[in-house]
Amino acid sequence: MLKYVLKRVVAAVLTILVLITIVFFLVRLMPGEPFTSAKLTPEVAENMRSYYGFDKPMIVQYLQYMGNLLQGDFGYSMKYTNRTVNDIIGETFPFSADLGIRALVMAVSIGLILGIVSARNRGKKIDFFCVIVAVLGTSIPDFIMGAVLQYTFGIKWGLFPVARYEGIEYTILPACALAFYTLASVSRIMRASMLEVTSQDYIKTARSKGVSDLRITMKHQIRNAIMPVMTVMGPTVASVLTGTFVIESIFAIPGMGKYYVESVSNNDYSMVLGMTVFYGIFLVTCNLVVDILYGVADPRVRIGKR
Amino acid sequence: MAERENILELKDVVYSFHTYGGEVQAVRDVSFEVRKGEILGIVGESGCGKSVTAQCIMRLNPEPPGFFKGGEILFNGKDVLKMTKTELNNMRREDIGFVFQDPMTSLNPTMRIGAQIEEVFRGRKDVTKKEVKEKALEIMKLVGISDVEKRYRQYPHELSGGMKQRVMIAIALVSRPSMIICDEPTTSLDVTIEAQILDLLLELREKLGTSIIMITHDLGVIARLCDRVVVMYGGKIVEKGTVQEIFYETAHPYTKGLMESIARLDTEKGEKLKPIEGTPPDLFSPPKGCPFAARCEYAMDVCHELPPEQYLLSEEHNTCCWLQHEYAPETELKKPVIGKKGEVE
Repeated sequence: MLKYVLKRVVAAVLTILVLITIVFFLVRLMPGEPFTSAKLTPEVAENMRSYYGFDKPMIVQYLQYMGNLLQGDFGYSMKYTNRTVNDIIGETFPFSADLGIRALVMAVSIGLILGIVSARNRGKKIDFFCVIVAVLGTSIPDFIMGAVLQYTFGIKWGLFPVARYEGIEYTILPACALAFYTLASVSRIMRASMLEVTSQDYIKTARSKGVSDLRITMKHQIRNAIMPVMTVMGPTVASVLTGTFVIESIFAIPGMGKYYVESVSNNDYSMVLGMTVFYGIFLVTCNLVVDILYGVADPRVRIGKR
Repeated sequence: MAERENILELKDVVYSFHTYGGEVQAVRDVSFEVRKGEILGIVGESGCGKSVTAQCIMRLNPEPPGFFKGGEILFNGKDVLKMTKTELNNMRREDIGFVFQDPMTSLNPTMRIGAQIEEVFRGRKDVTKKEVKEKALEIMKLVGISDVEKRYRQYPHELSGGMKQRVMIAIALVSRPSMIICDEPTTSLDVTIEAQILDLLLELREKLGTSIIMITHDLGVIARLCDRVVVMYGGKIVEKGTVQEIFYETAHPYTKGLMESIARLDTEKGEKLKPIEGTPPDLFSPPKGCPFAARCEYAMDVCHELPPEQYLLSEEHNTCCWLQHEYAPETELKKPVIGKKGEVE
C-alpha cells in the first residue's frame, strides 16, 4: 500500500511539472503582455519588463521561475501592485473553499440520497421527481440558477442576503447555486449505478438468504454502487473548492475563481501560472485521495496488501 | 422409493413475465413434488423454464416483471404464494438454500466470505455472534474449504471458482435447511471440480438428510446424483420418472433426443452425435399443441393441434405425449399405459 501511494505521489509530481512547463510557455503565447496599458509610458513599460526579467532568454526565465517555485514562491502579481501571488491565493482561497465545502456536503449527501431513493422506487412518482431534478440540475446553467435564487429568496421573499460574503446567511444561496449541478450529476450517476448493481447475481444471492430489502440496499447495493460516483468526485471536488468565476461574480464573493479569470484577461503571467499550479496540485491530490479511497471501498482494487 | 413425505409440492404452477414484446409464458402448468431426503433432477435445454421454476419456489424471480398466473407451491404444507414478506424471508433463511449457477458473480465482491455466510443468521436472536461464527467455520470445513480461518477473512476475488462454489454451498447449508436448490451448480466449473462438488452434495444428503433439487442440462450429472427426474421442455414437464425409468424406459421423444445427443462410452469412433434439430418454441406465443411437435421426428397431426394428455406408465413414471395414446402407431417409445391424468390416483 505504501509503495503504491509513493508511486502515485511521484507520478503526481511529474504531472505537475509537465503542467507548469506547458502553462509557462502557453501563457507567453497569449496575445499581448502584462505591460501594454495605455497609462504606462514606453520607458516605464520597458523598466517593468526588465524588472520581471522578460528581457532575458525564455529558458532562463523558465529556470528562474522553477527555482522560485521550489521554494514555494509564486512571485509577484503583475497587475496588483506589491502583492505576491501567494498572498492573493491565501486571501481568496478560504472564501472559495468555504463556499465549496458547503456546496459539496450538500450536493453529495442530497445527491446520493436522491439517487438511492429513486433507484429503489424505479418507475414510481418519486423516481420521476428525482430524474427531473437531475435533468434540471445538469441542464440549467449556474448563472441562471444563481439569478433565480437571488430573485426568489433574496429579493422577492427577502429570506437571504443577495450578495457579499459576511456570515452564514450569506453562504446559503451561493452554496445552493453551486451545489445544484454536482447534486444532479451525483444523483444521476448513483441512480444508474444502483440500478446496475440491483440486477447483479449477488443481490439475488442476498435475497435467497432471506436478507431484508433495506439491508440489501444498505449492505450490498450502496457500497458496490458508489464507485462510479467516487470516480467523478476527484475533479469535481477540485473544481468546486477552488471557486467558480460565475457564482463568485454573481454573488460578489471575493473568491479565487474571479481572480483566476481576471488574471487571464489581464495577461498577469505570474497569477495565471500560480493559480494554475495551485489548482493542478489540488486536482492531482484529489484524484490521489479518490484512488486510495477506491481501495478502501473495493477490496479488489487493493494492491500489494501484504 | 418407499412412501415418503413430500417436503415440496408444485401444483399447476403458471409463471409469466411482462416484457415489451408481450407476455412470456416461462412456466406452464408445472407440477411435481420433492420428498424428504430425495434428490430430484430437473433437466432440459437452455430457456426451457428450469431456472425460473426453481426460483419460483423461493420467489426469487424479479416481480415485476414476473408474476404468478396460477397454481400453488406448498412447502411443508404452507403455500409460498400466500406468505407475507417476513414469512418468506424466514423460509429463505432457515428452510431452503439456493446454490446459483455462476459462483463468479454470485458473491458480493465487497464483503468478506465469513460475513456473507453469517448473513443468513441476520435478525435471529436465538444465536450469539460467537455461535454464528462457529457455525460458519464448521460449515466451511464440511463443504471442504481448507484453511477456514484464513478464508473466513478473505474476499471472493481471492478464491478460485471451485472454492467460491463451495462458499455458495456453505451459504445455502449453514442454517441446515431441509432443502437446497442447486441451479446448474457445476456448469461454470471444470470437470474435476464438478466431480468433487457432486460428491459433496451426495455426502451432505447422507449426513444431513437434505432434500435437493438439482437443475442441470447434463444427463451425466442426473445419472450420478438423482433419484427422480423431471424433463422440461418449452416451460412444461414432458416426462417424469425415476432415473431408471427415464434412462431405460424412455417414453418421450425429447428425452430420447437428449440422450442421443450426448457422447457415451459405447459411441463408435467416427460415429456422429445426433443433435435435436431446430430451436425451442417461442414462449411469447407457445404452440397450441405439443411444444416439441415442431422438432419431433415422431410428430403426428394431432401433436400440432392438441396439447397431449398425461399418461401414467408406472407409479412414478408419466409423460405428456400422444405416442402413448392407444390409437398411436407402435414405436419403441410406446409403453403400456396404466392410466391417464385424473383417472388414476
